[in-house]
Amino acid sequence: MANPENLQYTKEHEWVLIDGDVATVGITQYAADALGEIVYVDLPKPGSSTSYMKICGEIESTKSVGELYAPMDGEVIEANAALGAAPEAINQDPYGAGWLIKIKYTQLPELLTAAQYAQLTGE
Amino acid sequence: MLTTPLNDEHVSLAATFTDFGGWNMPVRYGSDLDEHHAVRNSAGLFDISHMGELRIVGEEATKFLDKVLVSDISKLSIGQAKYTMICSQDGGIIDDLIVYKMAAEDYLVVANASNRHAVLVAMQDMADYGFKIDIFDETEDWALVAIQGPKAKDILGKLVDVDLNTLKYYSIAKANLDGVPVLLARTGYTGEDGFEVFIPVLECVSIWRKLLAAGGSDLLPCGLAARDTLRLEAGMPLYGHELARSLTPFEANLGRVVAFDKGDFNSRTELLKVSSQPLEVKLFGIKGEGKRAARADYEIFLPGGDSSIGKVTSGVLSPTLGYPVAMAYLKADLDLGIGTKLEADVRGTRVPYEIVKLPFYKAER
Repeated sequence: MANPENLQYTKEHEWVLIDGDVATVGITQYAADALGEIVYVDLPKPGSSTSYMKICGEIESTKSVGELYAPMDGEVIEANAALGAAPEAINQDPYGAGWLIKIKYTQLPELLTAAQYAQLTGE
Repeated sequence: MLTTPLNDEHVSLAATFTDFGGWNMPVRYGSDLDEHHAVRNSAGLFDISHMGELRIVGEEATKFLDKVLVSDISKLSIGQAKYTMICSQDGGIIDDLIVYKMAAEDYLVVANASNRHAVLVAMQDMADYGFKIDIFDETEDWALVAIQGPKAKDILGKLVDVDLNTLKYYSIAKANLDGVPVLLARTGYTGEDGFEVFIPVLECVSIWRKLLAAGGSDLLPCGLAARDTLRLEAGMPLYGHELARSLTPFEANLGRVVAFDKGDFNSRTELLKVSSQPLEVKLFGIKGEGKRAARADYEIFLPGGDSSIGKVTSGVLSPTLGYPVAMAYLKADLDLGIGTKLEADVRGTRVPYEIVKLPFYKAER
């Protein structure tokens, strides 16, 4: 599967879209496929702070629970409320309607390119 | 890793695979929720060829099985199936099984993939006492597929030369499926009406394809993920979760499969002792509030309690019911009953649960 070139990635299978000082974060198609059908997400509330690679949420499928690692330090400014009623959007459109949170970041760590991420997942 | 004779079919259907009991098995083909709902509302097709098929034949086959299994096998009539268990001398469950009586002294025993060898060893140990029987491991001779769901009968009925209305629940019959001799059993592991079809390995690919074609959009290939959520909603135990060597049928609420009145059998002495004493733990069905499911090994507490009263063995957000359901072994001396309030520790958060009647889901028949 193609990882969009305009996004950056983490080794915890998240994607990051940088727009000014705001990063939109989701999980990759690879991660969504590995979890299976997602039935519940627990996302950090707007206003809460995030620390690089600290767990800030959970993504549950019928078969397993995945942890959401904050890809950077900052403050959550929005969580995707639509996922409460329709968590399957993460499986169906992980890079679009399935986005998870927006973070106003204070510091950007080094992130992976699409090609580097593809190497990590062995594609 | 072992593969079933339908492995190439799963690959071509773009299945995701997992190791299950040493077999490379499809977990899901697309969405496991779609597969789950297909079985509840229409029909699903499962490859369960990893299950072990053991054939017990010979003039003392009935006597032998009565000795090695906990149920009364002599009461079975030809064509009848029985859910039973094989226990060790200490009463511990070696495996849960379905025994099909094929002919007077000819039985087909279906064992879990991961326990096939343990069952064979336990049977061989008993056979060594001089029973006039032969034990054949036919696992690699058969492909086994399950077609399950309210439309299973109509789909399968298009391809077989028998009237499926005459095949009762928990019975088995020989039939021709598109010209191929198969065994048709009205058994399953989903809580829906359905059939398990034993197919000679060489013919299984064409039959798998014909079943899918006959079902069209009414029949989805289904993986082990859906099989697990379906059986859990139906309150059916899974070896390694609800059943184990450290447990007897009584803790698992399956004491009814033990027939003490049939005379002596392998595990009788110990099981009789267990059945007459208070149990330490017992299996319960519990349901939770919200959407966060307590999963296997999560601890259960009384509301506000500090010490665990037991552990979940299987748990999931029920796709059919929309709330979390689980089975759990809880202390048996606590006066727990239907409606008793509990809490599950879901990764550090206490989630309200309560005891409910099993099964969680029952199909309308």
